[in-house]
Amino acid sequence: MDTGHIDKMGKKMGMWFFLFTEILFFGGMFLLYSIYRFKYSQDFHSGAAEENIILGTINTVILLTSSLTIALSIAAVKKGKNVPSSLLQLATIFMGVAFLVIKYFEWTAKINLGIYPDSPVLLKLAKGEIIFFGLYYVMTGLHGLHVLIGVVVISFMLYFTRRETINRENYARLENTGLYWHFVDIVWIYLYPLFYLIT
Amino acid sequence: MKEKYAENHAVATGTYTAVWLALLLLLAGTIALAKLRLLAQFSVLGSLLIASAKAGLVLAFFMHLKYEGRFLKVMLTVAIAALTVLIGLTFVDVWLR
Repeated sequence: MDTGHIDKMGKKMGMWFFLFTEILFFGGMFLLYSIYRFKYSQDFHSGAAEENIILGTINTVILLTSSLTIALSIAAVKKGKNVPSSLLQLATIFMGVAFLVIKYFEWTAKINLGIYPDSPVLLKLAKGEIIFFGLYYVMTGLHGLHVLIGVVVISFMLYFTRRETINRENYARLENTGLYWHFVDIVWIYLYPLFYLIT
Repeated sequence: MKEKYAENHAVATGTYTAVWLALLLLLAGTIALAKLRLLAQFSVLGSLLIASAKAGLVLAFFMHLKYEGRFLKVMLTVAIAALTVLIGLTFVDVWLR
């Protein structure tokens, strides 16, 4: 195999190092969540009851499925099948956008109820509930930002795959994009029970 | 050793689909646990264990960790251990204060 000069492991390792910083980035917020949950468990309980479990569950299914499609798109490129790979990436992008649209409706519904940071309604609630919704907006907001970035990056990968600069010999960019997308999925896997289920 | 890292290990489509189905089953499990109030006292622990099982599946198969060399696995273990210590020690501090 004449791919000796492409340092696949090095490229992958670089991505993993970045993901380690992301683990600590989100980890800090999970730390805040766990401590305040411990201090105000009753308020977190009633806060979580306000969440829309159906929308949260649909979004979980969407993200899990999008992880499957991006993984399959990488497998397709490795076999030299660029067209199926492009379609799978397109599907992933659509699911990422669908996730954000659902998130938009969720946030809008909450904002219409007067629950948003510093709102008069929110400030009348118990202290723990104020913290719960604060964490909800910060954590799902930053997660949503990651989904948005992922959608943009996958769109670039789709372009490269169409132009065949991503191909069966050279697919590290797509593979690293996949790692990022799966990481974003894992963050949601933890956010989902913490905000929607634990009541 | 270098060869082993550069290895282009292809995972079968069937494997990915099976992992996806397992993830959906675990999702159904975690909803059932929360809604049916099974093991109510342990619901937080139970949800987190199920979430970790899901994360483990994503890491092992989708993120290919199962097929990587030891180096990445050790690195990830260190990162997760660091986070666990961080959360654990802070938690103990708040708890015993």
